[in-house]
Amino acid sequence: MSKVLILAEHNGNAINQSTAKVLAAAKQLNPEAIDVMLFTGNTGLATQIAGHEGVNQVFCVACEDNHDQLAASIAPTLADKGKEYTHVWGPSTTFGKDVMPRVAALLGVNQVSDVMEIIDAHTFKRPIYAGNAIITVNTDTAQIVATVRTASFSADKTTGGSASVEESTLNTAANHTSFVKLSSGDSDRPDLQTADKVISGGRGVGSEENFAIVYQLADKIGAATGASRAAVDAGYVPNDMQVGQTGKIIAPDLYMCFGISGAIQHLTGIKDAGTIVAINKDGDAPIFEVADVGLVGDLFKIIPEMMEKL
Amino acid sequence: MKILVAIKRVVDYNVRVQVKPDGSGVATDGVKMSINPFDEIAIEEALRIKEQGKADEVVVVTIGTNDSQQQLRTAMAMGADRAILVESDVAVQPLQAAQVLLKVIEQESPGLVITGKQAIDDDNNQTPQMLATLWNRPQATFASKIEFVDGGLQVTREVDAGLETIQVELPAVVSTDLRLNEPRFVKLPDIMKAKRKPLDVKAIGELAPDLQGKAIEVTQHEAPQPRQKGIMVETVDELIEILKDKGLVS
Ligand SMILES: Cc1cc2nc3c(=O)[nH]c(=O)nc-3n(C[C@H](O)[C@H](O)[C@H](O)COP(=O)(O)OP(=O)(O)OC[C@H]3O[C@@H](n4cnc5c(N)ncnc54)[C@H](O)[C@@H]3O)c2cc1C
Repeated sequence: MSKVLILAEHNGNAINQSTAKVLAAAKQLNPEAIDVMLFTGNTGLATQIAGHEGVNQVFCVACEDNHDQLAASIAPTLADKGKEYTHVWGPSTTFGKDVMPRVAALLGVNQVSDVMEIIDAHTFKRPIYAGNAIITVNTDTAQIVATVRTASFSADKTTGGSASVEESTLNTAANHTSFVKLSSGDSDRPDLQTADKVISGGRGVGSEENFAIVYQLADKIGAATGASRAAVDAGYVPNDMQVGQTGKIIAPDLYMCFGISGAIQHLTGIKDAGTIVAINKDGDAPIFEVADVGLVGDLFKIIPEMMEKL
Repeated sequence: MKILVAIKRVVDYNVRVQVKPDGSGVATDGVKMSINPFDEIAIEEALRIKEQGKADEVVVVTIGTNDSQQQLRTAMAMGADRAILVESDVAVQPLQAAQVLLKVIEQESPGLVITGKQAIDDDNNQTPQMLATLWNRPQATFASKIEFVDGGLQVTREVDAGLETIQVELPAVVSTDLRLNEPRFVKLPDIMKAKRKPLDVKAIGELAPDLQGKAIEVTQHEAPQPRQKGIMVETVDELIEILKDKGLVS
């Protein structure tokens, strides 16, 4: 029987939704037990996780000086605990991608990156080549270390759990690495990774100033905002808005994009969206091959018209 | 200081790869091969550090088939001083790649290792972190800016929440993200010059005879599920009507 240890992600104030998605994936393994480890001194966060049905125990490890986000500091503690489990899983977010391979290396195994489907406790599907091929992998190591492609699973929303919370302090902090700062573009818009609706813009939007209309439309319908790599590289928008192979992989109900051509690296990030709407002035743009609804036209005419009619 | 850059030969990012009909792999015959784009950024960054006088040698290394010599030559045409090919006829997985790279580190004693955050073929995003772990040194993954501060590195990282800055002591492993730099184009005279630069070939079995850990078995390749064919509309009114019908806007 399987026993799963999950690495939870948080920002100090709230548990990241990726945790509930990893939990949903872990439940598909039909395990004997699911335990969760999180690195923070804020036990309130541990209580949030303990409320999910099916969680057995939460290990809450307090860290000083912001070591709770540093892979080199937390991986040894997670790997050590992980020896008691058959599966040690984390989210395929930048946090999980940073930490989990270290855990795998400490446990002497290769990691299964970006699990998108669970066949059985040892067999999984995952994307390669920016999602242009899907492989089935099989592994029978004592521990299976994996990251879960969060866009492939819906968040576990169960309540009524009563897992016990065990507190401890981190004794593996790595002195060679220290946290300096985090700068994030504070915005009141919904979070790109979890939003039901996303409006995004590409190089076709043309400038930072022009992005104002993309934001206005997003606010009008309560959407999060995203962008292509070209728009980020050109400095129109911050990096945390990038969607795609090397940005965020998202699965909103509605993805509406303006002035994005539809390069494979961008499409990887939106394949699981419910409805894709594309607006592009070039009728041959590859984005129309994947769009559920396409409209050929100039975004500078179409957005104002939508603002008026919505 | 010496900088070691680890690179990989992969199918060029412009190629739309196709799964073979029998599911045994993806078709790579006659397909254009290149340096993994993230690794190209790693080479560029190492060269810029050297050009600023903060390093005196840039060594590129790859693990791969003999054909990978092409990519090493390209790296030397960009400006790397010499190259090492650890020849392996079978593809190595990240944990094994990290062990091989550790052997190279033991021989070369670099002050900094830079490599791409992921290879765009298997998209694993594991080797740099594993190498840092086995080497017992710090890692700075997904770097979009590297500065020398207080005898170590201050690295800005692209994370989901925005940009995170961390300070690491040297030696360290840095993995590159796309916005770290824009790699230079190689010029013809440099390609000629690169032919005379040293390229050392080592057999993987001799360099690292006792690799630990199992490989993950790949049992099947398949094409992704295609999305259903969509429709084109002519007007904003039609578009809004569809969105309303689907309950996506009110
Ligand atoms: C290793 C690697 C990783 C990558 N990762 C990512 C990633 O994660 N995410 C990502 O997005 N890209 C990624 N890319 C880049 C990708 O290949 C494309 O270059 C990028 O997605 C293009 O962005 P774009 O569609 O905004 O720009 P373009 O391809 O330049 O397209 C602009 C579009 O805007 C349209 N347009 C222009 N003006 C208007 C107007 N007035 N009205 C309507 N339409 C207009 C044009 O017709 C065109 O189709 C990656 C590339 C590499 C090599």
